[in-house]
Amino acid sequence: MDTQQPLVQATGIVKRFGPTVALADGNLTVHAGETHALVGRNGAGKSTLVGVITGLLKPDAGEVRFSGEQGPALGDRAAWRERVACVYQYPSVVKELTVAENLFLDRQPRGRFGLISPSRQRKQAAELLDAWSVPVSPDLPAAELTVEQRQLVEIASALSLGARFVILDEPTAQLEGRAITRLFDKLRTLQDAGVTFLFISHHLSEIYEICQRVTVFRDARHIVTDTVANMDRDKLVAAMIGEARGLVQVGADRPAVPDTAEPVLELAGVTVPGHVTEVDLTVRRGEIVGVAGSAASGKRQLAEALAGLRGRTGAVSVAGRKVRPGTVRAALDGGIGYLPGDRNIDGFVGGLSVAENATMTIAKKLGPAGMVLPGKRDAAARTMIADLDIHTSGPDQPVGELSGGNAQKVVMARTLASDPEVIVLVQPTAGVDVRSKESLLGAVDEKTREQRGALLISDELDDLRVCDRVVVMVGGRIVAEHTRGWDENMLVAEIEGISEHSV
Amino acid sequence: MSTVSETLAKEPPVVEQSDSGKPAKSGRPSNRLRLAKLRDLALIPPIIVVLIIGYSINPDVFLTKSYLVDNVLKYQAVLALLVLAEALVLIVGKMDLSLESTVGFAPAIAVFFVVGSTDFLGTPWPAWTVLPVTLFFGALVGLFNAFMIVKFKLSAFMVTLAMLILLRGLQLAIVGGATMSNLAKKIPVIDDLGSTRIIGMPVSIWIVILSFGVGIVVLGYTRAGRSIYAVGGNAAAARAAGIRVERVIFITLAIASVLAAFAGLMLAGQLGAVSATMGDGMIFKVFAAAVIGGIMLDGGKGSLFGALTGVLLLGLLESVLVLAQVDPLQIQAVYGLVILVALIIARVTSGKAQD
Repeated sequence: MDTQQPLVQATGIVKRFGPTVALADGNLTVHAGETHALVGRNGAGKSTLVGVITGLLKPDAGEVRFSGEQGPALGDRAAWRERVACVYQYPSVVKELTVAENLFLDRQPRGRFGLISPSRQRKQAAELLDAWSVPVSPDLPAAELTVEQRQLVEIASALSLGARFVILDEPTAQLEGRAITRLFDKLRTLQDAGVTFLFISHHLSEIYEICQRVTVFRDARHIVTDTVANMDRDKLVAAMIGEARGLVQVGADRPAVPDTAEPVLELAGVTVPGHVTEVDLTVRRGEIVGVAGSAASGKRQLAEALAGLRGRTGAVSVAGRKVRPGTVRAALDGGIGYLPGDRNIDGFVGGLSVAENATMTIAKKLGPAGMVLPGKRDAAARTMIADLDIHTSGPDQPVGELSGGNAQKVVMARTLASDPEVIVLVQPTAGVDVRSKESLLGAVDEKTREQRGALLISDELDDLRVCDRVVVMVGGRIVAEHTRGWDENMLVAEIEGISEHSV
Repeated sequence: MSTVSETLAKEPPVVEQSDSGKPAKSGRPSNRLRLAKLRDLALIPPIIVVLIIGYSINPDVFLTKSYLVDNVLKYQAVLALLVLAEALVLIVGKMDLSLESTVGFAPAIAVFFVVGSTDFLGTPWPAWTVLPVTLFFGALVGLFNAFMIVKFKLSAFMVTLAMLILLRGLQLAIVGGATMSNLAKKIPVIDDLGSTRIIGMPVSIWIVILSFGVGIVVLGYTRAGRSIYAVGGNAAAARAAGIRVERVIFITLAIASVLAAFAGLMLAGQLGAVSATMGDGMIFKVFAAAVIGGIMLDGGKGSLFGALTGVLLLGLLESVLVLAQVDPLQIQAVYGLVILVALIIARVTSGKAQD
């Protein structure tokens, strides 16, 4: 070991939850000043490790050292917060309070008579935000922050407590292209100022962009730590999934869709007030059409309108039959299957079982006269579990207990259950690991080989690569169309509205 | 330690740990199923304990059929129907405080049309109208609540609290501060509900058994019933799956109110009268029984069988307190204490957080 002690060193961490071993052999060494990537599939033990090194979980064995010193006692939150901070994927700000109030929560500056001084608080907050160049007003209610701003505020808050080691848990999951670039610029600046980051992400390209070293976890244990230069993509993926073979590029062998193929989904002049204007689009049988665009492009609203969750004007037909707008039932009966964009919001009912969630769209097929026969339901669910390789203890397990990738497969099962003519998918692989991503996209590929068509709304390039054709939306209109083999940079430029042939 | 990691290295665990850091529970499906059923039975041991305590206090009376049926169960029948109603509303993710007012208001207005001394709306109406008019007003209250909650997007708690006060006031105005008594002679349905016995048990107990039976089948094994759980668990996901969320809430609230109205008629039958304060204060017991029975206040969870055991436990406790000759002046405080203890026991035995 060199003369300088590592900033954070976790060795031999073991953590069990009842019979489940969440972490069998957790090791992590992060040196001061680096940005260190932590990768692994869902369930590899990353979250547990983060819990242990932030002092929220007590390890059953092993120890955590900060700059060579033993970590503080578990109850001493203040001491932990001086050493390490974590910005989670989901907000940990109090939405009802302003930015300034959030920054000084429970350590508000006092004024006269020992009472909280709002003016002093605002002033100190402004200084703090300024010091770390976070362009946010201290008076802004936290609820109005964008995801990007909220993350910066949380980072500033952590830094102001003295922590110079910040864990970022999938910080880019909810950000769009330009915001990610800005976040990375900010991280580089902070890194130059001496802040160390542990960066958790499912997006491997981001790791090469911003991190110097990477640690891979698999099956609850540490697999490898090396510089990113020594870990090319294949090596990294192999370490994550534990097999020599890399990931298959799903859809690479899709047959070309003949021009004579019958259209299965036709949109004519579809308008969603305030979001989408006069979209015409045709999906043929056996075709996956990708819809790319920024968050403001209206692509998501278009999908919701097709699913019947939003009102729309214009005509939508499935296999030649018009679909009534505005109700989910009409869309389902018309042959449109829909996979919502955020499974935690409208994807599944966490308290209900895998079987109930997966069959929610086809309840009427599970028994006579409005009855739902559990035997029939579980049988249907077992087929889907096998079909989509859902890792669950059985049809009775509540979906809330599953990992992100498996919960998403349940949502996919629900989408496919009604045997739709067209599948409309929004961000189908958001927040899932590489292997789940492969099987989710594989399912879309397989189900659309012959009769069905799919509309895949996403801003993930990996998702769009599966598509036979990709259209780009900007400001509620389709502005470009590409067949397979499009150029990545050109597509990104069009999505961001900075290419020359955009409107 | 080394063996654990070796197995893990060779063979990834079948059940993945969820991303939140909370481990997914493993276990064979059959075990899980049995466990889920067991949770429904969580209150059976405490019920047995209370039965034993009651027996030891007064062995001659407590475990006799006439005492259990006519002194314990009969008086819990009304509460049981209300708990069924509230359980439905809680599972769909709302709450209805006004049920306790519906208990008094719906029968009061129906009876008033028949025996009222004014010529309002051409009274007196024939006696047979009492049952349909009661149920009609029950449904009306439920639909009105649903309208305010679903269409106006008002808080269910506040809407039904206001309705609780409003309906209580109307009931006072109708009954006029006095009591409409001796109804059994005038109105056959009230007499029937109060005094008919089938196979040695009062008809009200049979009605409760039947209602819960139907409820358990509907909630467990029909699309309509499962949609109630889906809407309560995650309305957005239910909507995206094609469930008509608004309609499910409307129908559930209406059914709950109708059940409460009918429970009110049963209560009138037991008393042979409609009093101005009928139903007053019942809602607290209703919530206590439902929550003790494992119904969650945040929707989507709990079973009707559990709710029924909650009623039984509370009813038995109450009668044990009476048998133990607790001072009537203190009984309310003791009862509150007992509910707290029952909540703690239910929390410990079922292992579920009650929020």
